Amino acid sequence: MNGADTSWVLVATALVLLMTPALAFFYGGLVRSKNALNTMMMSFVSLGFVGVAWALLGYSLAFGPGSPVIGGLSHAFLRGVGLEVAPAAQTIPHLLFMAFQGTFAIITAALISGAIVERKRFSAYVAFITLWCLFVYSPVAHWVWGGGFLSKLGALDFAGGTVVHINAGVAALVAAMMLGPRKDYARQATLPHHVPFVLLGAGLLWFGWFGFNGGSALAANGPAALAFVNTFLAPMGTLVVWSLLDFKRSGRMTAVGAATAIVVGLVAVTPAAGFVSPLSALGLGAVAAFPSYFAIVYRARTRLDDSLDVVAAHGLGGTVGALLTGVLAEKAWNGTVDGLLFGNVRQFFVQILAVLVTIAFSAAGTYVLLKLVNLAIPLKVGARDEGLGLDVSQHGEEAYSSGEGAILVLPGLNREATLPVAAPQPVPEGGRV
Amino acid sequence: MKLVVAILRPEKLNEVLEALYAAEVRGISSSRVQGHGGELDRVETYRGTTVKMELSDKVRLEIGVSDHFVEPTVKAILSAARTGVIGDGKVFVLPVEKVYRIRTGEEDQAAVTPVPESLVAR
Repeated sequence: MNGADTSWVLVATALVLLMTPALAFFYGGLVRSKNALNTMMMSFVSLGFVGVAWALLGYSLAFGPGSPVIGGLSHAFLRGVGLEVAPAAQTIPHLLFMAFQGTFAIITAALISGAIVERKRFSAYVAFITLWCLFVYSPVAHWVWGGGFLSKLGALDFAGGTVVHINAGVAALVAAMMLGPRKDYARQATLPHHVPFVLLGAGLLWFGWFGFNGGSALAANGPAALAFVNTFLAPMGTLVVWSLLDFKRSGRMTAVGAATAIVVGLVAVTPAAGFVSPLSALGLGAVAAFPSYFAIVYRARTRLDDSLDVVAAHGLGGTVGALLTGVLAEKAWNGTVDGLLFGNVRQFFVQILAVLVTIAFSAAGTYVLLKLVNLAIPLKVGARDEGLGLDVSQHGEEAYSSGEGAILVLPGLNREATLPVAAPQPVPEGGRV
Repeated sequence: MKLVVAILRPEKLNEVLEALYAAEVRGISSSRVQGHGGELDRVETYRGTTVKMELSDKVRLEIGVSDHFVEPTVKAILSAARTGVIGDGKVFVLPVEKVYRIRTGEEDQAAVTPVPESLVAR
């Protein structure tokens, strides 16, 4: 046990937890005002449902001793997770390790929501991400970090390029395809309703990401500093290249573009953070701008309503980061392994394998879980509810209510008597999706 | 000349505008209003405070048209704004006593006749 290591991971856990509310602001600002609360709640609700699922079962499936494919049930209900040192990190308490990893599970599930905003039935979403955490996230986390087969092969993923970003990006792609587009998609402009929220969210995500990557060293040491500084540099490279691409394309540098660039850079450096040199990280961030930028431009012309471009930012950004980790890893900096550029060809192919395995499993798992949820709850809201906005239809609240015309309902009062006119019966609702 | 005033669902505004442009109706003002058209009240809850929202968001269009344009205008709005559910809104057609176009001082019929596209400054 080490006091310095413990205190850094304590702080990092809080930083990563903050990323989920940050994501809520990032996504919330990008949607129309009638869906702002629903979109933000899609992130916030993960703090509850996924967090509880993680503590009760997910942690054991990911990090409990088990087979190369999945952990066992020995740590279910936090059994044997106490103040002794964590098996995976010999200098911090086991309980803290569980919480730190839990914050990753929470945000990974929330990331998926960006592809299905403005149309997903909220109860179906909650059921889906809870199951997804247990049956898709936990196994992949086990393979890469929990002693599973990908870690035995030597796949490098410092803080979650495969486990978090490719995993969430592929799930987002499958979910967007299964749900279908919003009724207004490609028919009307659906503009961000609050760009300052988007920038606030991107800034807070960057802040939290220092805990995400720096904390993944699980110690207050050199690798933590390397991961921290790489998290500092890579998004800067992305931001510069993205802004220049923006400038070249339209003659202007856009705010939504800048916020997106920061996220893409953070995603790309995540698997590489503790393995590559700072200059490599800067270059990695710069290079990562290209595929995501052009994927976003292209996606908007297709029928794929990945509304907030989770696939381009997280799926593609994560893939670029995971592959470049296998190219740019440098023994001189990480002390253990070189990449393709430093003569280790095998590492590159291990990275490709890890990416492909994650894509295949995440796609299949997401498909099965959504089909399963669809049996109990329709995944999509009706066209009328979509028109009205999901804030009112799913939550009975509005983000920007004036309060005009709101009549207080007091218990025990005759509700009909307070009506100025008798409310007629509504026409029965039409076809539901 | 008539003034066509239409109260619409906000989510139908785009479709109505498309229909109006297709009917070659130009010269439209729109504003956000709140109103009650007999639809069921929405119940919202904020931390245990339950309220009935008596007023729903609507869009109000005002369109000044010459007499022979009234029918196409109204038809375009009716077809594009209808969902069949209570709360679709209303169209009012009001008589207009006098119209001036500020830019030229043109009056009445001339003032509500759209400027030919060839004359619109690019």
